[in-house]
Amino acid sequence: MTRKQRRLVLIGGSLAVLAVAVALMLSAFRDSIVFFNSPSDVAEKHIGPGTRIRLGGLVKSGSLERGDDLKVRFEVTDGNHEIAVAYQGVLPDLFREGQGVVAEGTLDPSGVFAADTILAKHDETYMPKEVADALKKSGHWKDDYAQRPALPVGGGGK
Amino acid sequence: MIPELGHYALMLALGLALIQSTMPIIGARSGDATLMGMAAPAALTQFVFVAIAFAALAVSYVTSDFSVLNVYENSNSAMPLLYRLTSVWGNHEGSMMLWVFILTLFGALVATFGSNLPVTLKAIALAVQAWIAAAFHLFILTTSNPFARIADAPFEGRDLNPVLQDPGLAFHPPLLYLGYVGFSIAFSFAIAALIEGRIDAAWARWVRPWVLGAWMCLTLGIAGGSYWAYYELGWGGFWFWDPVENASLMPWLAGTALLHSAVVMEKRGALKVWTILLAILAFSLSLIGTFLVRSGVLTSVHAFATDPRRGIFILAILVAFIGGALALFAWRAPLLKQGGLFAPVSREGALVFNNLFLTSACATVFIGTLYPLALEALTGDKISVGPPFFNATFGPLFVPLLLAMPFGPLLGWKRGDLLGAAQRLSAAALLAAVVAAGAFALQHGGPVLAPFGIGVAIFVMAGAVTDIVERTMILRVPFGAALRRAAGLPRSAWGTAVAHFGIGVTLMGLVVVTAWGAERIAALRPGETVDIANYRLTFEGVFGRNGPNYHDVVGRFIVRRTNGDLLGIMEPSRRTFPARAMATTEAALMRRGVSQIYLSLGDPNPDGTVPVRLYYKPRVLLIWLGAVIMFVGGGLSLSDRRLRIGAPRPARKIRPALQAAE
Repeated sequence: MTRKQRRLVLIGGSLAVLAVAVALMLSAFRDSIVFFNSPSDVAEKHIGPGTRIRLGGLVKSGSLERGDDLKVRFEVTDGNHEIAVAYQGVLPDLFREGQGVVAEGTLDPSGVFAADTILAKHDETYMPKEVADALKKSGHWKDDYAQRPALPVGGGGK
Repeated sequence: MIPELGHYALMLALGLALIQSTMPIIGARSGDATLMGMAAPAALTQFVFVAIAFAALAVSYVTSDFSVLNVYENSNSAMPLLYRLTSVWGNHEGSMMLWVFILTLFGALVATFGSNLPVTLKAIALAVQAWIAAAFHLFILTTSNPFARIADAPFEGRDLNPVLQDPGLAFHPPLLYLGYVGFSIAFSFAIAALIEGRIDAAWARWVRPWVLGAWMCLTLGIAGGSYWAYYELGWGGFWFWDPVENASLMPWLAGTALLHSAVVMEKRGALKVWTILLAILAFSLSLIGTFLVRSGVLTSVHAFATDPRRGIFILAILVAFIGGALALFAWRAPLLKQGGLFAPVSREGALVFNNLFLTSACATVFIGTLYPLALEALTGDKISVGPPFFNATFGPLFVPLLLAMPFGPLLGWKRGDLLGAAQRLSAAALLAAVVAAGAFALQHGGPVLAPFGIGVAIFVMAGAVTDIVERTMILRVPFGAALRRAAGLPRSAWGTAVAHFGIGVTLMGLVVVTAWGAERIAALRPGETVDIANYRLTFEGVFGRNGPNYHDVVGRFIVRRTNGDLLGIMEPSRRTFPARAMATTEAALMRRGVSQIYLSLGDPNPDGTVPVRLYYKPRVLLIWLGAVIMFVGGGLSLSDRRLRIGAPRPARKIRPALQAAE
């Protein structure tokens, strides 16, 4: 083979691999992307049962009910709308009433959100960023959310 | 006094970095040896000053000096010494200090051990290192000063984030940073080569040990982080395709590609331009990783910075260095001479194949990680790209790579014999097929993916063994002669085989634990039992226990085989840290061979039951064991005579480098 032919083989091979990679990504993007929604978004966008979404907001105070076999129900609120969430399993360490939560799952026909994952990942201030943004959007953000875990500051905090 | 000293030392380091970043280049342009000679002492002194600053911060932490804001916010006098020390980098400011500490350490190492480098290359490379250092010094001093004081010092600190209070965190960040920052050396040398417009095979020989060292640290750092997430987060997962994990995986993929393309460049003088590009990309991805993790655009335990100024500053560093480097590349790369010819089927061809798939896999991770950020910035839609995306893209791209891996070392340079290699691998392929078929039969049908994965893992491992068998001719010559051949093999050949074997081991662990792991969730009362795999756990009850700065609610479980043999007790706990009013789950692990029983507790229910998560994780330890084997393989390769000696030079000048680089 001449230098030119070899280069063609190399470039052709590279393009083929790239094409495969792009095809894989496009098909995966269609199937596996999950949108984040606040309870208001769910109400406004009329998200139907069966669509997989992430639902984020605050766990409404006093709404947590524990059933048998680790079943739990609670309500997620952004101040304007509430959605009941059903989950079976062990709740993450940072799950508290009145604090931020992100649940992943689908709405069932009766309007209850059946969650299969409750996300444990929070930043140090207990507030998932998506939830903070959603609360700011709905006008229910309070500045003290960000400082909740702080103990009395002895002068000159940030 | 000590924090002020540290602050001052950091400012001096910035000054030195500015000198080091300009004078040697001027010297290299004008041929002034004195100016070029400034680079090495400047790099050494800069390191000394950064070390002083870092030590000052560490002393403030160890002595619990809460008049320093950073210490007050992230430490507590009740914490054990180890955690007071690790909290130095368990926060934004301190972790940036660690970054520059390692960066200047590498600069100092190049200055010390680079005596066999061409004078101009060394001077320019050190200057480029200093650009990076200056940017980060400036970043720390202007936006993230770790030495800021509080007017009236509080009595007690706010404690380190409890999930970070773990021995694993003593090693994970420094190792990761050694990896990230280690690639800066390859970057600096690449930029220096572009500025000089000249590059040869010796360049690859100088740069490869640095890349190899960085790659080794990054491998262990990623594995360590994964093991930490596995046992500390309490849900038994070892890889979540979380953006923070991806941020460390991308430089690893690019670095692995760089490692392999540098071999081609060193041995055959080919792929020069590509190697330079990979060197730029590997460090660029490290910078992007730092940006993703530190800027607060992502939410995770790693996102310390929430101050938008910092995000913008890091973004500016990112744009300047990556954009600048790529522009320089576009301008100067055409000047570099093309290297040797090779047939598509050859060792070079195999390494190109490796590079192609590694970089494509890296690109899918990159897009999957950044697409949600881009989409949110453009449309405001918030999406999550989770494991399904990466499994569907990364997996298929890695399979051909793994299948081709055993072939590479068996192909000759320039022109390889694919049929011959296939014949030599027939035993390995047969073994893989038999084991895969056995696994398929054992699981009584079902999905074929897991047996296939096992087959690939066996093929990779057996292929690595085949490589050594072929090289030592152990099946064809008398045993003694084979031993002598084995001893005479270059260490890099052993390193390749060992590292490739490690990949197979990791893959085996991943496949088995994913396919045959078991999970149970139950709410238990004292005296009740729960079964998983061949084990039966009896819940004895809960009791309290106090630690230095936390309180544990411990559940006690007795573990037996289903046939009644007593194996031991497991004590998972819920750990509450009063200083932050935070609780963590401390899972209990029981090792059975390379498998584990994993048990974590939930908050007790009002009705007196305690929720538990119980997992059986078969062969899970292989995942991290494989990474350790890769590390050892890298180490063997690093100890190769060729790399210790460096570029060919008269014998008398080799000596010091020989001892120094040990």
